[in-house]
Amino acid sequence: MSETSHGIIYGINGPVIKVRGNYPFKMYEMVLVGNEKLIGEVIRVLETETIVQVYENTTGLKAGETVTPTGKPLTIKLGPGIIGNIFDGIERPLTRIAEETGAFIKRGSSMDNLDTDKLWDVRIKVKQGDTVKPGDIIAEVDETDSVVHRIMVPPYVEGEVIEALNDGSYNINQVIVKVKEGKTIHSLTLVQDWPVRQPRPHKERKHLDIPLITGQRVIDTMFPIAKGGTAAIPGGFGTGKTLTQHQFAKWSNADIIVYVGCGERGNEITEVLEDFPNLIDPRNGKPLMNRTVLIANTSNMPVAAREASIYTGITIAEYYRDMGYDVAIMADSTSRWAEALREISGRLEEMPAEEGFPAYLPSRLSEFYERAGRVENLNGTFGSVTIIGAVSPQGGDFSEPVTQNTKRFIRCFWALDKSLAYTRHYPAINWTSSYSEYIEDLTDWYKENIKPDFMDKRTRLSRILQEETKLLDIVKLIGSDILPEEQKLVIEISRVIRQGFLQQNAYNEQDTYVPLQKQYLMMDTILKLYDRLQKLIPLGIPVSVFRNAGVFEDVIRMKYTIRNDDLGAFDTLNENLNKVLDEIEADYKDAERKND
Amino acid sequence: MNLEYIGLKEISGPLVVIDGVKDASFEEMVEIHVGKELRLGRIIQIEGETCVVQVFEGTQGISLANTRTRLKGKPLKMPLSKEILGRILDGMGRPVDGLGEIFPEKYMDINGEPINPVKREYPRNFIQTGISSIDGLMTLIRGQKLPVFSGNGLPHNQLAVQIVRQAKIQDANEENFAIVFAAMGVKYDVAEYFKESFRKGGVLDRVVMFLNLANDPVVERIVTPRCALTAAEYLAYEKDMHVLVILTDMTSYAEALREISSSKGEIPSRKGYPGYLYSDLASIYERAGIIKGGKGSVTQIPILTMPNDDITHPIPDLTGYITEGQIVLDKDLALRGVYPPVNVLPSLSRLMKDGIGEGYTREDHPEVANQLFASYAKVQEVRALASVIGEEELSELDKKYMNFGRAFEEMFITQNFHEERDITQTLDLAWMLLGHLPKEELDRISPKTLEKYYVSPENEGRQV
Ligand SMILES: Nc1ncnc2c1ncn2[C@@H]1O[C@H](COP(=O)(O)OP(=O)(O)OP(=O)(O)O)[C@@H](O)[C@H]1O
Ligand SMILES: [Mg+2]
Repeated sequence: MSETSHGIIYGINGPVIKVRGNYPFKMYEMVLVGNEKLIGEVIRVLETETIVQVYENTTGLKAGETVTPTGKPLTIKLGPGIIGNIFDGIERPLTRIAEETGAFIKRGSSMDNLDTDKLWDVRIKVKQGDTVKPGDIIAEVDETDSVVHRIMVPPYVEGEVIEALNDGSYNINQVIVKVKEGKTIHSLTLVQDWPVRQPRPHKERKHLDIPLITGQRVIDTMFPIAKGGTAAIPGGFGTGKTLTQHQFAKWSNADIIVYVGCGERGNEITEVLEDFPNLIDPRNGKPLMNRTVLIANTSNMPVAAREASIYTGITIAEYYRDMGYDVAIMADSTSRWAEALREISGRLEEMPAEEGFPAYLPSRLSEFYERAGRVENLNGTFGSVTIIGAVSPQGGDFSEPVTQNTKRFIRCFWALDKSLAYTRHYPAINWTSSYSEYIEDLTDWYKENIKPDFMDKRTRLSRILQEETKLLDIVKLIGSDILPEEQKLVIEISRVIRQGFLQQNAYNEQDTYVPLQKQYLMMDTILKLYDRLQKLIPLGIPVSVFRNAGVFEDVIRMKYTIRNDDLGAFDTLNENLNKVLDEIEADYKDAERKND
Repeated sequence: MNLEYIGLKEISGPLVVIDGVKDASFEEMVEIHVGKELRLGRIIQIEGETCVVQVFEGTQGISLANTRTRLKGKPLKMPLSKEILGRILDGMGRPVDGLGEIFPEKYMDINGEPINPVKREYPRNFIQTGISSIDGLMTLIRGQKLPVFSGNGLPHNQLAVQIVRQAKIQDANEENFAIVFAAMGVKYDVAEYFKESFRKGGVLDRVVMFLNLANDPVVERIVTPRCALTAAEYLAYEKDMHVLVILTDMTSYAEALREISSSKGEIPSRKGYPGYLYSDLASIYERAGIIKGGKGSVTQIPILTMPNDDITHPIPDLTGYITEGQIVLDKDLALRGVYPPVNVLPSLSRLMKDGIGEGYTREDHPEVANQLFASYAKVQEVRALASVIGEEELSELDKKYMNFGRAFEEMFITQNFHEERDITQTLDLAWMLLGHLPKEELDRISPKTLEKYYVSPENEGRQV
């Protein structure tokens, strides 16, 4: 039989369709399905048929309709107009979709991903006769007032510039530079296409020794993450994954934030859209939206596009990394992506591995997290992609497959704890089961940039907390009254650490973001108090005396009472504490002398 | 399109398989004539000329030979007009109250369409339910989806009725307020109870009831919440109404989904439920909300019974992952005579942060709520200790917590079915209870707020 120009729909099962006919579809090729030309992707090629996952609702599709090949894999457009924007899972612009189709998302929308009419002020950086290689910067555009967009030679182009426009206002499809490579002439515009499932190339990976600073104490001090690192936030429903991710998106010191709402709530995306334009980026005083891009596939949007949204997000992140930026990508939630894989796999009747998830779940997860890293780019700049993935374990049980497999490929584990959330200890990150494997690599940075003993102090805090955990097991059985005073002190100081340091109120103006200097001084104050009390207790002063004097409460409240821009107030606080303690000490010595 | 297909290839549970079908479209409706009887079905899978059809009325009495099937050429659409208010419909939206057909103004696809997040309005308006535990600690917000996690034998129906009766929605009046009630697999007397209470409350003509009762067909149950939400969306977005949607019992709904999935031979995930249970539930719950520039809203209160009171069971678990919080009812509290038996610690309203405090309820509300949660959590610790060492052995401070805990449950959570407390009463009550604890213990409240509101019973000479 001769080859046809397209395939024919044979079977339909939700988002999965079977295609027959003689057209030789390629694996991962993008196709247009049915009369409405719904976007789909080839996910399996068999001898007699081809399986396609459709990125839109398939209601009304008929067997016998055609499936048209596009000849290329699922690609997205990379160019100016991404930042500050919101896209669906395959990079369709939701704002412009809303303009066209109103409040509800209709399917079959085919519009340009990026605005093709908008004129950008382009500064051309190359001239005729220059030789360029992949990644070289040929032009610059002020994409927002926070981000300079560097137009780069695509990774597959190399040669001599034979034509370059002057600086000027151009739309994204304007050819600005022509490059001659052998006999071929490449016409470069402000955009390039990239297949989402393929990592973008770089020169070499770098050691991860700079922290991504988030302003969240339990992260930056206790379980820090490196720029280019990977982290997972697992937790049952309502434990604070999304809020933590939002906090990172707001306050972390990345240049670009890619926020992927993967199978979660519409209102959470709306919240970002409403808040971010009004929030001020602490680094430059500009609206936070100006460095943020949102990818939204909410839980009621088509499930196959959910699977793609993760790749769309990471591809955009890599693209900005290539320009020399530190990019952080938040994926909320990777479990929904894994479940999308499971759903598609189930409809293909593949042999399931654990709990119905396909056997290739671990390899997909590892491929995704592998795309993080700090690198030297092809153009010699340095950039990073930090991945922070939320995990929503079924039943809140961390032994389930997605959490367990994710754990193999990440190096920061911020375990959210239901019982902490129930008692409104936020962020509900459990200090016993969480870990960061970056601490060692980051120690020097903290030493040089904050304080030489930053990490020593951190270690002391975590030792005290460990001791408390042991003591609390005893207290649960016999009450705290009969503990020796030194141990009561451990419990009190741990309370100060938990309530005064680990707990951080995202809704408080001072507490929502805390600079590292203040984090250090808070630790320092707590430990100084502890040291002093450890000396006073052997004099026979019971812990309750200090408690009644309010010293613990004063320290717990320092996060609110000391402003982020008034760190000198720590001296006053410490002096006042010392004064109170001096008095208590003097009183005791007096009393003792009288007794003698 | 007018072809008639005689007979079937296969029957499996609520599903039938038809062969030789031409031109079928996915999710298209079909009419199946069984003798003189007409049943409706929907195509849920196509494989060449073979179609799998779920039959809404069930497959009893169907043989491979006694059917004639016709494709209807369109998906399931609901006839809608404002006349639906005050009507009682079956689980597919067909009138069962003997008041005749509904003259439709328009037909809407029951699956709805996802709201573009760009076009959503973030919900911020407080709905006062008059119930202290809810208003104070897990405030309901207009446009929110806030389910009740309950168990068999617990008074979730009463609670729902009380909420509906007392709910004060800002900007809502008799004209633009409506209730959509969907019963899925509940018993007749439960449906009657709701109807009766709507009648007593004088709101029956503002209610649309969708009834798929326990003895009604299982497949129909799948479309009941979708029909109900289609009606709600129509009233909210086309008729500018504030709509409160009660969906009960989502557990029966999910069980129906499982039954169909297993008839289809799908690979199950946890506890036999299909792998797409999350997406499926989301396609229901995400239909709550407010549209930018619109005047109406859809607020959902789904009710589900947790199998074995297990909150980690897939149904409450996946629901909690989609909804914006949950109100958890507790058997132990109910046994101790607490009504409504709201277990506040696992309960949560995620949207309350933006809908309470200054300008919404009262400026101390966020801190008070936080403190009540924290202090009541501490009560649990103290109780655990007391059960080991005995209450007498507790320290003075711990004894105060015990007292606070009791008072909190007896006075704050406990509330008469007919008692309505406005938010000021609720917050004042909270301060009175916090007075049981020494000021130093109230670490979630700023000194400024303490100054203004804290009263210890000793100072006031008041004994609680
Ligand atoms: N740091 C914090 N400060 C104050 N409140 C917090 C904090 N973290 C979490 N919360 C509270 O917890 C609630 C739930 O958090 P969040 O929505 O992030 O949970 P989640 O883990 O994403 O849940 P789901 O899996 O259902 O999406 C928030 O609405 C907020 O009330
Ligand atoms: Mg979340």
